[in-house]
Amino acid sequence: MKLKRFEFLIEWALFLCALLSVGTTAGIILVLAVETFAFLREVPITDFLFGTEWTPLFATPSFGVLPLVSGTVLVSAIAMLVALPCGLLSAIYLSEYADHRVRRAIKPVLEILAGVPTVVYGYFALLFVTPLLQRVIPGLAGFNALGPGIVMGIMILPLVSSLSEDAMQAVPRSLREGSYALGATKMQTSLRVVLPAAFSGITAACILAVSRAIGETMIVAIAAGQQPRLTWNPLVPVETMTAYIVQVSLGDTPQGTLEYRTIFAVGMLLFVGTFILNLVSAWLRERYREEYA
Amino acid sequence: MIEATLARSAATARRRLLDICFPVLALGILCAALAALGALIADVWGDGASRLSWDFMTGFPSRRAADAGIWHALTGSVFIILLTGALAVPIGVATAIYLEEYARRGLWSKIIEINITNLAAVPSIIYGLLGLGLFVRALAMGRSVLAGASTLALLVLPVIILSTREALRAVPGSIREGSYALGATKWQTVWYQVLPVALPGILTGTILALSRAIGETAPLITIGALTFVAFAPDGIWSPFTVLPIQIFNWVSRPQQEFQVNAAAGIIVLLVLLLTMNATAIWLRDRFQKKLT
Repeated sequence: MKLKRFEFLIEWALFLCALLSVGTTAGIILVLAVETFAFLREVPITDFLFGTEWTPLFATPSFGVLPLVSGTVLVSAIAMLVALPCGLLSAIYLSEYADHRVRRAIKPVLEILAGVPTVVYGYFALLFVTPLLQRVIPGLAGFNALGPGIVMGIMILPLVSSLSEDAMQAVPRSLREGSYALGATKMQTSLRVVLPAAFSGITAACILAVSRAIGETMIVAIAAGQQPRLTWNPLVPVETMTAYIVQVSLGDTPQGTLEYRTIFAVGMLLFVGTFILNLVSAWLRERYREEYA
Repeated sequence: MIEATLARSAATARRRLLDICFPVLALGILCAALAALGALIADVWGDGASRLSWDFMTGFPSRRAADAGIWHALTGSVFIILLTGALAVPIGVATAIYLEEYARRGLWSKIIEINITNLAAVPSIIYGLLGLGLFVRALAMGRSVLAGASTLALLVLPVIILSTREALRAVPGSIREGSYALGATKWQTVWYQVLPVALPGILTGTILALSRAIGETAPLITIGALTFVAFAPDGIWSPFTVLPIQIFNWVSRPQQEFQVNAAAGIIVLLVLLLTMNATAIWLRDRFQKKLT
């Protein structure tokens, strides 16, 4: 009898631990929502979402978030221009071409590339990639969107590559064999049969990569500058949403002030954006699992 | 007739050529990515290796770059990571056991599963805002080691849960059935049979998760970990700084001497990370040999 009660207690304790993860999500939403509402009580939501000037720390502050959004989108777009084609090509190579030994040599290196701390990538972007680019592009500022964008692309490449490779590996062999039987070459099979068949999985990987790029912080905080600016020019300093949060956290803005609440409002925007992307990605991955289950 | 054959063979030749060029191009891009890693390491080593010394390892921060050291940041990092592990591992493993061994396929387990997948992809700086609102302010922990470790624990929890579930799934069902056949209860089966077999796998996942956490900078900056702390942390309520924050602080300064310090700090951080990863891989290899 005592044993039975013990078993019951254990099961409940385990369940409570599992519930903590749901609590974490609830906590994130709650903390962000409370501060965001306090912020929106003083700043109209249309001014926040559609304003084109972000100067919350000035004497006459203005709270238009668009310059931060444009900075984030710009850097992420550059990162995706690097990570998508390169990640996909390396996934095709690893999944369709590489033999056992090559894969065993390359995959750990890709894992290391994914595991390098982002602050190290920031150093690399600021003190290696940007000076290198400045030799080629004369007008490039010391802080810019291009250098950190490229480095971020290198950082995300392993994610795109490994998730896409998983999706391609899930494509049944029979499809490839059918393609070869019709006289297709290996490249035609890879690009026109395997790639489309793995499409939902690859899309899921790409969306997750975009979400990672948007939320990436240290690379841009170090190497992109801290000037919120509504521009698509990758050669000048910009500020992303994440870099702004870091900037305020480092200063000594008093708690409870409007400036202080801005980081939660910006954080809310960031959370909602990445949350939607993550959900879509998870849904797509679920789909390809069902397709070839 | 001949022309048609010629055209066809030209097309075939082009196809063949493309078929050869394509993997070469792909391999080239892969090598470029790997070369980037090489360039990164070479750059950091070239900038910072000359600064590495015993004085640098055991020194405290200073306004003069040549006197500054990383002892406070290194101890801070190690302390934070140990505490993060102590908080996150029991809860993470318990959650994984619940989901893998106990949960019935129902609405609740589905919600928890989707939720964990989602949490794993939430940007780390959002966890920093959570830590700031919840631990630093609502629970009044201040900007202490405990607040930092709690924040990082929530951050690594999804990773630990996912890897522990993998490890539990790899345990053969026959072990469980054998245990039940001898009259063991569910918990006895999990505790005495399943967990010991899964332990190396769990350890590997945990070390990898913690090695991710040791490089995290953004959430700790957000909760207000100080960038200038002149002492090593002496308890869970002590203010702290960590190695990545110290590196960030040095990189952000315009003077070149501080950037050399940053490079030297990065070398130490990377060596720490490589050691943890190597341990994890060693454990994984041992584990795989044992099962087969």
